[in-house]
Amino acid sequence: MPELLSVKNLKIEATSYPPGEPPKVVTLVEDVSFDLQKGKVLGLIGESGAGKSTIGLSALAYGRGGCRITGGQVLLNGRDILKLGRGGINSVRGRHVCYVAQSAAAAFNPAHKLGDQVIEASLRHGIMNREEATKRALYLFRVLGLPNPETFGDRYPHQVSGGQLQRAMTAMALCPNPELIVFDEPTTALDVTTQIDVLAAIKHAIEETDTAALYITHDLAVVAQISDDIMVLRHGKTVEYGTTKQVIEAPREEYTRALVSVRQAKRDEAPDQTDTLLKIEHVHAGYANGFKVLHDVSMHLPKGQTLAIVGESGSGKSTLARVITGLLPPSEGRITFEGKELPKALKGRTNDELRRIQMIYQMADTAMNPRQTVREIVGRPLSFYFGMHGAKKTERVKELLDQIEMGTRFLDRYPAELSGGQKQRVAIARALAAQPELILCDEPTSALDPLVAEGILNLLLKLQEETAVSYVFITHDIAIVRAIADSVAVMHRGRLVRFGPKSKVLSPPFDDYTDLLLKSVPEMEIGWLEKVLKTRRMESAGN
Amino acid sequence: MMESGPITGPVVTDATAGETALRSPDLAGVPAKPNPAADELGGTFWRRFAFRRPLAALILQRLGLSVGLLFAVSLMIFGGIEALPGDFATTYLGQSATPQAVENIRKDLGLDRPWSERYLSWLGGAVQGDFGTSWASRNSVSEQIGNRLGNSLFLAFFAALISVPLAVGLGMLAVQFRNRLPDKIINVISLAAISLPEFFIGYLLIMFFAVKWGVATFPATVYDSMGFTERLSAIALPVATLVLVVLAHMMRMTRAAILNVMSSAYVETAELKGLGTFRIIARHAAPNAVAPVINVVALNLAYLVVGVVVVEVVFVYPGMGQYMVDAVTVRDMPVVQACGLIFAAFYIFLNMAADILAILANPRLRHPR
Amino acid sequence: MNLRSIPFSAWIGIIGIAIALLCALFAPFLAPFGEREVVGDIWLPAGGDFLLGTDNLGRDLLSRLIYGARTTIFVALAATVLSFALGMILSFTAAVTGGFVDQFFSRFNDLMMAVPTLIFALVVLAVLPQHLWILVLVMAVLDSTRVFRIGRAVALDVAVMEFVEAARLRGEGNIWIIFREILPNTLSPLLAEFGLRFAFSILFLSTLSFLGLGIQPPAADWGGMVKDNKDGIIFGISAALIPGAAIAALAICVNLVVDWLMKRTSSLKGGRGDA
Repeated sequence: MPELLSVKNLKIEATSYPPGEPPKVVTLVEDVSFDLQKGKVLGLIGESGAGKSTIGLSALAYGRGGCRITGGQVLLNGRDILKLGRGGINSVRGRHVCYVAQSAAAAFNPAHKLGDQVIEASLRHGIMNREEATKRALYLFRVLGLPNPETFGDRYPHQVSGGQLQRAMTAMALCPNPELIVFDEPTTALDVTTQIDVLAAIKHAIEETDTAALYITHDLAVVAQISDDIMVLRHGKTVEYGTTKQVIEAPREEYTRALVSVRQAKRDEAPDQTDTLLKIEHVHAGYANGFKVLHDVSMHLPKGQTLAIVGESGSGKSTLARVITGLLPPSEGRITFEGKELPKALKGRTNDELRRIQMIYQMADTAMNPRQTVREIVGRPLSFYFGMHGAKKTERVKELLDQIEMGTRFLDRYPAELSGGQKQRVAIARALAAQPELILCDEPTSALDPLVAEGILNLLLKLQEETAVSYVFITHDIAIVRAIADSVAVMHRGRLVRFGPKSKVLSPPFDDYTDLLLKSVPEMEIGWLEKVLKTRRMESAGN
Repeated sequence: MMESGPITGPVVTDATAGETALRSPDLAGVPAKPNPAADELGGTFWRRFAFRRPLAALILQRLGLSVGLLFAVSLMIFGGIEALPGDFATTYLGQSATPQAVENIRKDLGLDRPWSERYLSWLGGAVQGDFGTSWASRNSVSEQIGNRLGNSLFLAFFAALISVPLAVGLGMLAVQFRNRLPDKIINVISLAAISLPEFFIGYLLIMFFAVKWGVATFPATVYDSMGFTERLSAIALPVATLVLVVLAHMMRMTRAAILNVMSSAYVETAELKGLGTFRIIARHAAPNAVAPVINVVALNLAYLVVGVVVVEVVFVYPGMGQYMVDAVTVRDMPVVQACGLIFAAFYIFLNMAADILAILANPRLRHPR
Repeated sequence: MNLRSIPFSAWIGIIGIAIALLCALFAPFLAPFGEREVVGDIWLPAGGDFLLGTDNLGRDLLSRLIYGARTTIFVALAATVLSFALGMILSFTAAVTGGFVDQFFSRFNDLMMAVPTLIFALVVLAVLPQHLWILVLVMAVLDSTRVFRIGRAVALDVAVMEFVEAARLRGEGNIWIIFREILPNTLSPLLAEFGLRFAFSILFLSTLSFLGLGIQPPAADWGGMVKDNKDGIIFGISAALIPGAAIAALAICVNLVVDWLMKRTSSLKGGRGDA
């Protein structure tokens, strides 16, 4: 069977402009080759910076933000599209190859109706007339499970939800009947319960229309559901390339093995004891404009244990953290810390009360002052809370750096000179410096690559053993909950859905929402998606 | 970049929207009855209205805000002058001030009345177009202004007529040749142009066009019996000066606004659909660039209103600006206050127009959920 | 940062500003004649004893230009420094405190900005007595509205960052948060803004002087010199254009440096990386 797309020895470079230095040419992708046959799906997987989006866009001979394809060939049906002129490449884009972006919300033009944008490429390339195109769009809206497909096209992008936009974007790519679609992290920006629907819709639609696809993602479990072959990338180079079955079930490379095994960590829970550290009772909270975010939330956390708060975006889990810290005073209810009620607002709390609760943020980048060195960042709580200075302070900072498994050579580095994982470690050291009893962790690993994230989780567990610190761990990732929690609180739309020891919360009988949430998390198992969809169909048939 | 309007973007929370719109009639001098029940009723009505017709609500709110702002400015121009040190009567008489003469003149000018009373009668007059009599010439201020306002608007209108299309065109040209030679040349020239004081440009033009080559007239005197074409040739140089002053700013801002749209994700989507350059610009970039460009134009027209002051002085053109500057040098307060208020009104109005047009061009507001 | 990374255009700007500053600092040593000294006939052409000719009263134009640099630059600089101090303090206070204080300052600032700067200055200067310090103060207060606006925007950008929240959670006071957390991260854009305001101050002062409301004669300042010599234009005498060109040149130089500073600031954020 002839290859639809054949990429040979691809090399992509970009020019970077470091401030105060002459421009530098950086190689983003080097010596990448793969083949894709008609109707097949190839998954490109890798961490951020692995060059996967750049490779995906090369199938449209497009370099984003100053990237240039400087070597190799991209053969579409045997023709090198890199050699085409501007007019030639325009007759490939939007006709033979289409693109689905990560953020459909930004990729749709806010000034035009969705329907017009979906059929635009088909009309402009003369593939079909308006009537045919509209008919096809309607068909695709149906296949993709969009609500009210007849009138969906009359709406503007800001009038529909994120999940619907992502599906509309898929319809836009499928409309001109292309041979190949490049999906660039199409479900990454979505909530996990929405992701599964979109994923299923995409899979159904490309099977139905027999379209080939390049599926780009950082989530191996997602790509396992949809692709025939997988290519693992790292730092712009190929690590492993094989069938999905081989890569998932018998990975050859160390790196791939690590990626596959990341989600398998588990931890036994500690028994719920009476020695309560933090108690949240009937908390209601809302913002100044009258929008209420939390409704009657109660939970508690024993000393030295971990409470995981799970929920999707908009569930109120981060708001709860703000309420605990005092940044957002609750309108009703109370929070008790070691048997003593905490003043509601930040301003009312003493420095010692503040010291005992520390926080770690999702984005370590923005959580540290870029103009301060590691020494200043970690040292400040020492001088602020304990009045340490001089050699004693330096000594303690070094100890803390040891504790987070970073050497003293990082003392005088700025955050910009650290990797993502190192930054998060420094943030942990800053929290530890205050010798807190409770650390609030707001999705501390979700912005990190899976292997780095695992390292951070292990560090947190180790520190808990050493210092008996308690964690409130806010996350949307069930796998992390399994790995580190003792007790779990599930939140949905500002309400507490379920709370208790991990073993109880994560095992049946479930309430509807927890059931949906648990079933939506992709598992590293081929055919998982079909299985879930099948049980769903059976359930709805049973109803 | 340097001068932009006082009113920020069109994003306003519901609560403040209700508040300002409710407050504005009160601010405009129509006393609202202190009836809390009616107020509350109005609040819920406004909220419902704002929810159902967000576009109309936002525009009404902008209108209310501008009226309120103008009222506050009138208070500031009048009250501020009162609060500042310096007695007009003494200044007015100069060296020859005897206590008796000062007393007489104070009475004559009405300065012995309490200032709130004077303010209300001034404002009442101003709303009806009566700005009192000039201290210096004892003429009606309104009469003087009527004539000169027309002259100033005539000047500003032609300056806008030339500069707006030119600036937008050049801005688009600069985007089309982004980071290439034409763009760089336009960039350097416009950077130089925004650094030139108005009077320097004006005298430079006079020196060459009027004095050396004799192709234009100076001073730019206009009078009532003048024909239209004569008028046009008289204002050629002042208009050219104003155009040069405002062009660079407007062009740089237009370029930035268009570039911002061109680097957006939906333009990339259009490119990846294989659409031609023209189609991308006309269909995908232009509709979204209209709002910011309109905003830029309106803001710069507001700047133009101020630019006329200096240009009129340079060219001895009988407009509002020259009138005001003359009045300031002789401390003719009724004239200064009247001119100040009118200039401010134009400035506020143009800023409001910029805001409202930007709101109208926003598809999110035009097509609510 | 090394010197070689400074582009050519910025070098022109830096050199231009340096020359102007030298003139301003060492005016008595550089100027061939006194500031108010009548040395010859009126409007003598350039050349001979008088490098740039003489002005409307027969004073040496070059000497007045050099002394004028002193007045123009120092008054503009004083106004800019003052307006920056005022604008920054108020804007950072507003951004960090938030709530009612922020609302009050911001609304008042909107009100001040609703009147064009020049018109505002004309109204105020019509009332106030003519003193140098009053002029500086009026310029500073009017310009501080612009500084307030940009300062608040920049500070808010930084104030919502999590490291500021982290400092708040630690219990740090407003002074620490402003000076140690926010200010170091806003220096670059604020430096550019300072240059921009300075250029604007030079132009504004010159305009006021030109209208007869700025620096009062016989002190030399560039805007006032244009006013003094403007009547010569009709006779083809270019004495008024020389100080005008000096204003333009200085403003261009400042803008060239600002342009470079701004580009440098934006490139600090880096380009779009691979997702």
